[in-house]
Amino acid sequence: MSAILGYFIAIVAGLCRLSRFWIIRTFTGFYVEVFRGTSLIVQLFWLYYALPMLFGFNVGSNLVAGVLAISLNYGAYMSEIVRGSIVAVDKGQTEASVALNMTRFQRMRLVIFPQAFRMMLPEFGNYLIQMLKATSLVSLIGMHDILYHGNLIRSSNLSMAPTVYILVLIFYFIIALPFIFLARKMETVSKKGVASS
Amino acid sequence: MVEPIVQFKDVHKSFGEFDVLKGIDLNIAPSEKICIIGPSGSGKTTIIRMLMTLEEPTSGDIYVNDANLWKMERAGKMVPANEKHLRQVRGDIGMVFQHFNLFPHMTILDNCMVGPIHVKKESKDEAKQHSEEMLKRVGLEEHMDKYPSQLSGGQKQRVAMARALVMKPKIMLFDEVTSALDPELVGEVLEVIRNIAETGETAMVLVTHEMDFALEVADRVLFLDDGVIAESGTASEVIEHSENKRLQSFLRRFRNSD
Repeated sequence: MSAILGYFIAIVAGLCRLSRFWIIRTFTGFYVEVFRGTSLIVQLFWLYYALPMLFGFNVGSNLVAGVLAISLNYGAYMSEIVRGSIVAVDKGQTEASVALNMTRFQRMRLVIFPQAFRMMLPEFGNYLIQMLKATSLVSLIGMHDILYHGNLIRSSNLSMAPTVYILVLIFYFIIALPFIFLARKMETVSKKGVASS
Repeated sequence: MVEPIVQFKDVHKSFGEFDVLKGIDLNIAPSEKICIIGPSGSGKTTIIRMLMTLEEPTSGDIYVNDANLWKMERAGKMVPANEKHLRQVRGDIGMVFQHFNLFPHMTILDNCMVGPIHVKKESKDEAKQHSEEMLKRVGLEEHMDKYPSQLSGGQKQRVAMARALVMKPKIMLFDEVTSALDPELVGEVLEVIRNIAETGETAMVLVTHEMDFALEVADRVLFLDDGVIAESGTASEVIEHSENKRLQSFLRRFRNSD
C-alpha cells in the first residue's frame, strides 16, 4: 500500500520539480528536502503523536499513519529518481516531438515519460525492498508487524533470542524474495528498446 | 513574384557573448529547394532550428504564412509567443535531424503513426494507411514492426523522413541528415531526399555538406559565413562561379577532404 502511494507521490513530485512554474517547483523542492533530510522514525512519531496534539488533527489509525509516513518519505526519495530519469532522456527526443508539433503534455505522455519510466524501474524495485524493511519501524507506533511479534516471543522466553531474530530475518528475506526477482525482471524489461537510439 | 511561405527579417541570434547570426534576411517561396552551406559554427543549423521553434531568435522576426512565429498580438501589443501560438504557426513545418531522434520505445510504424494520430487527429486506420504508404515510399515496408535499434543508420534516417512526411508539411527542414551516417549509407538517404524534391510541392531547406547533391537538387544555394548570408544564388552560380574568396577557400578545403 505504501509502495503504490509512494510511487504515485514520487511521480507527481518528480514532475512538479520540473514544472514551468517556480512556485510549484519550490514547493515540491521544499517537500523533498524536508522528507529526505529528516529521519523516518521522527516523521512517523510526528504524524502519529505530535500532529494530533498540536493541531487536534488526527490522521486516523496507526496503520494510516504508518502508510502515510513511509510513502511520504520514500516518495520524496523516489521523486528524485523520477526527476533524474526525465532529465536523462535525450534532448533530441523533445526536439523530434516538437517537430511533430505535439503539445507539451503529449510530449511528456507519449515520448519522454515512457522512456524515463524504463529507467526508473530498476531503482523503483530497489526502493520497494527498502520500503518493505522500513515497515519494521511501525512497531514503534504500536502496530503489530513481524519484529513486534518477534520481540513478543523473545520477551516471554529470553533464551530464544537468537533463534527468534534469525527467524525474523528469514521472514523478511522470504517476503523480499519475490520483490528481488521482480526488480531483476523489471531491469530486463527496461533494457528493451531503450538500449540504443 | 510568388508570396513567400517563410520570411526572415533581420534575424539575430547570440548564445551568451557569442553572436552566431548577425542579421539574416531570407525569403523562401513555396516548394522552393534551398541548400545552406558554410563552415561549421557559421550558424547554418541555427537558422532552421529557429524556424522549427527549437531556438528563439535574439532579435528580428520570422514569418510563416504571414504569421509572426515568435511573437503574437495581445491587447494591441506584440508579446513573445506562447506554446499555443507556436503550435499554430509551426504546424506546416517538419524537420529531420542529424541524429534521427526516432522514438526508441516505439516500432517503426508507431513512430510514423504517433504524429498523425495525436496531432492531426486522424483515425488509427487512416494513420496506419498513410504511414504504411510513406514507409513503402522510403523502401522500409518490411521493417515496420521492428524497433529503431534494429535498423542501420541509413534506415533510421529514412524512417525519420517518413515520420516527418506523413504529417504533410509544407516546409521540410533537413539538418545535416547525412553527417552521422557511414559513407556507404549516405546514398540511400540522398535518394529519398531527391525523391521528395522531385515529387513534392514541399519547400525544402537543407543544411548540408554534400556539395554535389546541392548542385543537383537546389533551386538556390546560400553560403553562410560569419553570421550573414555571404552569397546567394543558383547552385552553379554559388558553387561553381562565385568570386567570393572565402567561399572559394571553403569549397577548396571541402574538395580536398573528399
